[in-house]
Amino acid sequence: MAVPYNENPKEKKATRDGFGKALVEIGEADKNAWVLTADVSESTRTHWFAEKFPSRFVQVGIAEQNMAGAAAGIATCGKQAFISSFGAFSPGRNWEQIRVSICYNNVPVIIHASHTGITVGPDGASHQMLEDIALMRTLPNMNVLVPSDMDQAKKATHLLYEQKMPGYMRTSREKIPTFTNEDTPMGLGSSNLFIEGDDVAILACGPMVWESLLAAKELKKEGISASVVDLYSVKPIDKEMIGKMAKKTGLIVTAEEHQVHGGMGSAVAEVLAQMKTDAVLKIHGINNRFCESGSAAELMAKYKLDSSGIAEVVKEEVKKFKS
Amino acid sequence: MSKKFPRVHDPKKLKLIANMIRRDVVDMLTEAKSGHSAGSIGLADIFTALYFNVLYHDPKDPDWEERDRLVLSNGHVCPVMYAALANAGYFPKEELLTLRKLGSRLQGHPHRGSLPGIENSSGPLAQGFSIAVGMAIVAKRERKRWRVYTVVSDGEQQEGQVWEAAMLASKYNLGNLTAIMDRNNIQIDGFTEEINPIEPIAAKYRAFGWNIIEVDGHNIKKLIDACNESKAVYERPTMIIAHTIPGKGIPFMEFLTEWHGKSPTKEQALEAHRILELDRREVEEE
Repeated sequence: MAVPYNENPKEKKATRDGFGKALVEIGEADKNAWVLTADVSESTRTHWFAEKFPSRFVQVGIAEQNMAGAAAGIATCGKQAFISSFGAFSPGRNWEQIRVSICYNNVPVIIHASHTGITVGPDGASHQMLEDIALMRTLPNMNVLVPSDMDQAKKATHLLYEQKMPGYMRTSREKIPTFTNEDTPMGLGSSNLFIEGDDVAILACGPMVWESLLAAKELKKEGISASVVDLYSVKPIDKEMIGKMAKKTGLIVTAEEHQVHGGMGSAVAEVLAQMKTDAVLKIHGINNRFCESGSAAELMAKYKLDSSGIAEVVKEEVKKFKS
Repeated sequence: MSKKFPRVHDPKKLKLIANMIRRDVVDMLTEAKSGHSAGSIGLADIFTALYFNVLYHDPKDPDWEERDRLVLSNGHVCPVMYAALANAGYFPKEELLTLRKLGSRLQGHPHRGSLPGIENSSGPLAQGFSIAVGMAIVAKRERKRWRVYTVVSDGEQQEGQVWEAAMLASKYNLGNLTAIMDRNNIQIDGFTEEINPIEPIAAKYRAFGWNIIEVDGHNIKKLIDACNESKAVYERPTMIIAHTIPGKGIPFMEFLTEWHGKSPTKEQALEAHRILELDRREVEEE
């Protein structure tokens, strides 16, 4: 049974807003919730928390390594810590601190990386974080979520918070149509099947979920019936759903704004390779390169990660699969 | 403070404890056949001062909320911390000889959760320093009475993260944070001042807004005084620069960089014990 979603959303909101809103809710309910930021509090939406709970807010300045370490120290005192910066710097710069101070200590610190992927756009390749999922999902004790719209990001923040262990959430700067609502499920190791189709399954995460939903409609017009799954929980991953899709369609295309090595697509490949199946997989993302400046829409079009790009890739794969 | 660990004030007793810790470290490293000798042995007096006089703690209740926190940042010297913890009563001394072995709670670098008394997993340098700063921020904001002590090394000062943490400690006026730097002048590849000079280290920390105390790192009484002095400085974190001799107390190890990262052979251990026994007798006769 497919999960319902809003096909004509009126609003567009950035996933990072969902993080900021959830932080305020958590801050109100839990006096032990602390937030640390490395200079970019407004951009990562921690400023809402800072205004309400200044005594539990720590501004470390441009020092992501120390932010991760100080957060771990705060968390050892019975606190829940959240750290937030742009993905390129956290976890880009402070991976070793996340590995040992947070994961090896196994303390409840949630890492929120905003401004990830090519949708950061004009800032260019140095700021377009395309390797973070790979960095985070290999760490023991770490959960990894990539929510697909603002409401899902809010839920993802709460979900990671409830685990009382390290967690990673990836969001983006660009506004995305809010096609889910409060009732849309979200669970660790789960996923949402939004469209059911038999020819191919598109497994997407982040901004590529909405684009895949649009792509499925385009494909339908051309006689291709595609399933669309929001595989927001990259770790733990929904093996059952991947198995179901493999069986149902025999062809899986993953879509993400991440390098094709080590990202969500790789996580799907790991599942399929260890499963009894002859399903074919296409990992679609950024293929072993740095990108460049441009608007989010232009870049998504160039790298075939917008709806028509995804549709094009899927069509080609279906053609190969059937021949 | 609802309870108080009995403090040792008698200088003779403190010296005997440091002597015992040195012997334990020699045995542990010899048995493990790997590990860092010079730093561990050289820190015996500092760890004696901390665990037997300075810290408010309870070895029988390691998670006591009001305890002072001791964050070891240069985790590779953990044998001396393990020996101090065991001698203070955190766990049975027999367990010391399991260091670095499969199934042991005494990991090659400390692991939080494995062993009572370990506040943080450490090893990668500078990480503990940031953790200590985070703890001190909580304690200060929540007006806790416990303090944070952290032991850092001199070579560690070459890590950029150290200065990020030093800056933040100063921003938040962490008068409840006392750092003790093991200034033993050596690191794996040689002498710190040849590898990448950290001097003038006191001036650097002063410029970062820290209170500085320089002390002989083998004079237990002076170390205790320095820690007490740091408690009386409310609005600034304190860096106690403890000048130590790597391998102090075992002449064939002293001052030699080659002893930074290796363990004694059985013969060397016997020789070390012979010297430490002479030392012990000397202290007894004082």
